[in-house]
Amino acid sequence: MSTLATPNGFTLDTSGRRVVVDPVTRIEGHMRCEVNIDSANVIRNAVSTGTMWRGLEVILKGRDPRDAWAFTQRICGVCTGTHALTSVRAVENALGIMIPENANSIRNIMQLSLQVHDHLVHFYHLHALDWVNPVNALKADPVATSALQQKVSPHHPNSSPGYFRDIQTRLKKFVESGQLGPFKNGYWTNPAYKLPPEADLMAVTHYLEALDFQKEIMTVRTIFGGKDTHPNWLVGGVPCAINLDGDMAAGAPVNMASLNYVQKITDRCIEFVENVYIPDLMAIASFYKGWLYGGGLSNKSLLAYGDIPDKANDYSAANLLMPRGAIIDGKLSEVLPVDLTDPAQVQEFVPHSWYKYADESKGLHPWDGVTEPHYQLGPKAKGTSTNIEELDEGAKYSWIKAPRWRGHAMEVGPLARYVIGYMQGNKEIKEQVDWALKTLDVPIDALFSTLGRTAARGLECQWAARKQKYFLDKLIANIKAGDTATANTAKFDPKTWPSEVKGVGFTEAPRGALAHWIKIKDGKIDNYQCVVPTTWNGSPRDNQGNIGAFEASLMNTKVERPEEPVEILRTLHSFDPCLACSTHVMGPDGQELAEVKVR
Amino acid sequence: MATETFYEVMRRQGITRRSFTKFCSLTAAALGLSPAHAQQIQKAMETKPRIPVLWLHGLECTCCSESFIRSAHPLAKDVILSMISLDYDDTIMAAAGHQAEAIIDETIAKYDGNFILACEGNPPLNQEGMSCIIAGKPYLQQLMKAAEHAKAIISWGSCASWGCVQAAHPNPTQATPIHKVPGLPSKPIIKVPGCPPIAEVMTAVIAYILTFDRFPELDLQGRPKMFYSQRIHDKCYRRPHFDAGQFVEAFDDEGARKGYCLYKVGCKGPTTYNACSTVRWNGGLSFPIQAGHPCIGCSEDGFWDKGSFYERLTDIHGFGIEANADQIGGTAAGIVGVAAAAHAAASAVKRARQKAGDPGEEGAAPTTNEFEGQD
Repeated sequence: MSTLATPNGFTLDTSGRRVVVDPVTRIEGHMRCEVNIDSANVIRNAVSTGTMWRGLEVILKGRDPRDAWAFTQRICGVCTGTHALTSVRAVENALGIMIPENANSIRNIMQLSLQVHDHLVHFYHLHALDWVNPVNALKADPVATSALQQKVSPHHPNSSPGYFRDIQTRLKKFVESGQLGPFKNGYWTNPAYKLPPEADLMAVTHYLEALDFQKEIMTVRTIFGGKDTHPNWLVGGVPCAINLDGDMAAGAPVNMASLNYVQKITDRCIEFVENVYIPDLMAIASFYKGWLYGGGLSNKSLLAYGDIPDKANDYSAANLLMPRGAIIDGKLSEVLPVDLTDPAQVQEFVPHSWYKYADESKGLHPWDGVTEPHYQLGPKAKGTSTNIEELDEGAKYSWIKAPRWRGHAMEVGPLARYVIGYMQGNKEIKEQVDWALKTLDVPIDALFSTLGRTAARGLECQWAARKQKYFLDKLIANIKAGDTATANTAKFDPKTWPSEVKGVGFTEAPRGALAHWIKIKDGKIDNYQCVVPTTWNGSPRDNQGNIGAFEASLMNTKVERPEEPVEILRTLHSFDPCLACSTHVMGPDGQELAEVKVR
Repeated sequence: MATETFYEVMRRQGITRRSFTKFCSLTAAALGLSPAHAQQIQKAMETKPRIPVLWLHGLECTCCSESFIRSAHPLAKDVILSMISLDYDDTIMAAAGHQAEAIIDETIAKYDGNFILACEGNPPLNQEGMSCIIAGKPYLQQLMKAAEHAKAIISWGSCASWGCVQAAHPNPTQATPIHKVPGLPSKPIIKVPGCPPIAEVMTAVIAYILTFDRFPELDLQGRPKMFYSQRIHDKCYRRPHFDAGQFVEAFDDEGARKGYCLYKVGCKGPTTYNACSTVRWNGGLSFPIQAGHPCIGCSEDGFWDKGSFYERLTDIHGFGIEANADQIGGTAAGIVGVAAAAHAAASAVKRARQKAGDPGEEGAAPTTNEFEGQD
């Protein structure tokens, strides 16, 4: 039998030619993808594999819970900070620590600046080359490019023909040097690229502008966290004390000068996103309107935990400015409540992951998680254990576990948040989505695609930049009202803690729903478990044979040239995969190490 | 056949002589060199060819790449377009799959012995190396192949330099820093530790290698002395508070608001060698201590396994200076110096022992900073 129907509605056919992409590049971490294509070059089976693991949760055992943010922050340097924030929230949840309003505002500013940075860098530096052809940009007329720029973004100052001519000259010489650097061996003659040369030149120019600008975005976090990548965080609040008046205010981390600086950067972020990113997104999308592949699970099953608490210490859905909820079975109008402490909701399966359970027909809640490595290729795999030619997806084939929500494979990320928010009637999200659909003149179904995922990320970037300003204003207003507190240290000393506590913390990482579960015993970490966005999106099959979001999104896509997998990259990149995040806890030499019991 | 110089490339790419001169001055400043050296850099850049770079990623979190792109001077854009030829970097390269892997072979064929291998992350040795798979094979194989043909190796960040977080106890994957990889071809290695390293330190190291065609002067551990010869404590702007005995006792207390010394809430500045308090971060904007958090010592070997980040150093090393720190900083300063020196001595002993006991340990680290001539 070469065809197989999955419970979540896909028909897999392995009879066609197998195409392997390894490494999948322009992602964080390491990943492999295999597909079967039929005689018309349409993908009929997709296999996605996480190809790295590091074992951070094991390393956390026995450590000081106040340090956990620093360890977990090193899960990922691209979504830097979101694991740290999730971690301090988990510890605070376990110990019942309330943080000051200012700390909440500063954390939100830091988390929102990550959304802005991560989405922008993803679009220009990880994703754009799937849509934009830098070699084709050499054919552009700089005058026409200037006209295009002024049409799509009249407020962006860099728009003269001379400006584009200079960039084109630099690009031309670069290409002519024969040393193409990062553009080497790209698929530049592939007909899958649809932009006219002027749009290519505009986008390549902004690739470079964005590379210069992105370094400014995160400087907000350098003010509050001291450095970026990997700023500093604190259980109980934030480490940056506020001092606006009097003795030695100039030496304080947060003073009038630093607030002014944050104000300037925040304004510039809004400007850049609105004058460059959003117009580019719309301009590029307008040439790919007909390419509506890649929907996958996005109109079937979606999950978001929510984030950005408006008021401090209230993590209920009503107080979260980023939406929270779950959609299953394609019932878009019915958004279900999510409870991370309910053992029936989030469960992880391993029959197709390189781990071992006593009974692999069942999933385990992170509270009861077991992680025992079991690297083994299936009987139909080709090659050897250290030289894989083709994987056998009927057996174990990935370092990623398969998390499921009430048994369903779920998509997480900006599109999930935007569909859930739209369905909940979130006014800001609805306004943005309706504007984008109207601008592109496409129906709402167009959202459920690779392009929809990419568009939602851009809209969310704009939303985040605006919200960053909202929380900066809120911070300043609160300070003006006389509240300068930034940390609650009443329970900072482990001697004040109960002997055994448990907690869960969550955020919306740029790539989607993220949660950490912690158990603290006698002042030390007893157990720690993370379930992260790319674990959801990049999951292999589960015990029922449900395919995950990556695999689902590749199904039924036509590839122009199978030897040049640009369509595969396009769709995988639309999720912004983060493999260092997704791979699980691991014990040395096959030892069972992670057993998490939290409530 | 004449190879283009860095200057020719910049000129060809439409960059003016004036901008080029400015670039050289900024680079000199970033390297902490005098204006006279700016001319030397300029001269070198006018005559030296571009160097191909293979930037490989093992087990890591990509924070080094993220830091690198935040460089203010030179801009990452100019490094990538004009200074080096970044032929392989799977985080940003357009190609994927076999087209990506072919680039490594092409670079080796064309520039055998004349490219830089930049390592971000490290290889795991457990599970046949298959906990980090590239193109169906262990990352270790890709690393060894590239190292065999490279001119020199840059170990970016604490992962490549020391092992970092995945190598923290119990190091489940047996993640191994580059210089300790068994059988690694003997090549000059420069360590640029930090989690991540400071962006301008990374680009300055590249600029230095490009300009002078050799590594900058390295310390015994293989780090460039110009950035790693001083403790953060030595040049900390809060140092006068330490000397005056003015300490933050708890986060957000009166001392924290006044910018007092963070030593008593765990600052590792006195034992951490890095340029945070001089170069600072993100274009010289700030650094962890300036933002109110103690230094966690992220550029030091094994910093994850030295106890809690919030325990003061005295509690860890047991030098018993707590009373002194509470009394008066002046005395404490001397004793912390002793503590740091003792720490350094202990490290040296450890190194010597490792070297004697196991040639694979530390043995591959270069004590010389000179390249072979490349003509």
